[in-house]
Amino acid sequence: MAYNWQPSADIATLKRRAQYLADVRRFFAARDVLEVETPILSLAAPTAPYMASFSTDFIPLGSLSKQAYYLQTSPEFAMKRLLAANLGAIYQIARVFRNGEQGRLHSPEFTMLEWYRPELSLNQLMDEVNQLVQKVFCLNQVSRLSYRGIFEFYLKINVFSCATEQLKQCALTRITGLPADLQLDRDGWLELLMSHVIEPRLAAMNLAVFIYDFPASQAQLAKIKKDEAGNDVAERFELYIAGVEIANGYNELLDAGELKRRFTEDNKQRQAQAMPVMPMDNNLLAAMKSGIPECSGVALGFDRIVMLALNKQEIQSVQSFTFGDA
Amino acid sequence: MANFSTSEFKSGLKIMLDGDPCNIIENEFVKPGKGQAFNRVKFRNLKTGRVNERTFKSNESAEGADVIEMELEYSYTDGEFWHFMDPATYEQYAADANAIAECKNWLKEQYVYTVTLWDGSPLLVAAPNFVNLIVAETDPGLKGDTSGGGGKPATLETGAVVRVPLFIEIGELLRVDTRSGEYVERAKV
Repeated sequence: MAYNWQPSADIATLKRRAQYLADVRRFFAARDVLEVETPILSLAAPTAPYMASFSTDFIPLGSLSKQAYYLQTSPEFAMKRLLAANLGAIYQIARVFRNGEQGRLHSPEFTMLEWYRPELSLNQLMDEVNQLVQKVFCLNQVSRLSYRGIFEFYLKINVFSCATEQLKQCALTRITGLPADLQLDRDGWLELLMSHVIEPRLAAMNLAVFIYDFPASQAQLAKIKKDEAGNDVAERFELYIAGVEIANGYNELLDAGELKRRFTEDNKQRQAQAMPVMPMDNNLLAAMKSGIPECSGVALGFDRIVMLALNKQEIQSVQSFTFGDA
Repeated sequence: MANFSTSEFKSGLKIMLDGDPCNIIENEFVKPGKGQAFNRVKFRNLKTGRVNERTFKSNESAEGADVIEMELEYSYTDGEFWHFMDPATYEQYAADANAIAECKNWLKEQYVYTVTLWDGSPLLVAAPNFVNLIVAETDPGLKGDTSGGGGKPATLETGAVVRVPLFIEIGELLRVDTRSGEYVERAKV
């Protein structure tokens, strides 16, 4: 069999990628944001139901005991422990791992640019992401639309007041080849409409947009507030460029009790779907209990934004080697 | 037949969908950061020839379709079926009118065709890119005109009608491109 030893990115792309990394570091240095490194392997793992961690075993030499360690899916938990230790504004360029995710826009191993800003509101963080996108990656300015607004604009649906059945009917009408017996929960339908109907339209219009004020049920690790219409919304934004999901930001949840409740809820959902229950990060919970300053944070897919900046069609073409040939 | 999970769906894989054998053209993995994963699959229904899209949950699977391609020699038709033979084993395969619909005009005894078999029966017969066929009928040739300018219709031995140059006469053997249905040149016998 022939071995495919050659890089999947061309040499010019690898050079551009290195330049972007240097420019990102300069961008943060100019803003007094400190670069940090945190462990890639952890005893704990995210509980999010649709996130699969890689795991490995630590076996002390001469021992028969094994300790499971998980490869990070993002550096979020460890970075929040640094925030609790009052390190201030921090960023990290981290290798992260997500089991099972492979495709044109997905690689099981990829690079995440993640940063936390204790002194910035979520709106100010969006401003900063906007500057990074324009200054470092020379992409278009990003506009803003609420989650409710974008569904109203493209689908004429009010995501807060409509019945789940209405979301299902909308999906079955708008998306070709959806099995009629498809079973999803409310957020499942919303995500499906987002990825199958709205994203392709954002791509067709080549729009760069922050979508903010997600339904509270999609809060993940963001705080929840009331929007002007009185709906419970998550203080969370997502950046889409040309229909590609690039970044996910939160006004960070700081309530340890609430975080533990969400972890437990996730694990219950995992159990119900016969998926492994994940060990929750007690160190993060302890750090949060001791106090993390009010802050916003964002995780940005570095490979994807390089892909868009260089007009490449697939993530493999900006990575040195593909996962399959690693 | 084996089952294939959505992660194994690759261009060219043959699977069963709604009882019909289908050929996968494209498979795109779609997953929001922390959301559920789907696969958007584009495929050709090998029975109808139509291209369609289907969305799968990423943990779903589909049964493989027992579809193979064979090079078979056309033997004869009894009016209802068109009979093909494996030149190596002499095994016979009967194709119905649906299967030969696309290449009916290019069927000639002893020529070799690519036959797609599903569960052992011909589903689709594809003509080779070029075939040589005899002119059965055309207006008399214009002697001396070899320019090829203009042209006239000629009916070939299979019933196909192609445009040919004016100098072509009945009984001549022509090379024809089956993809465009166009005359290429006089074939050497």
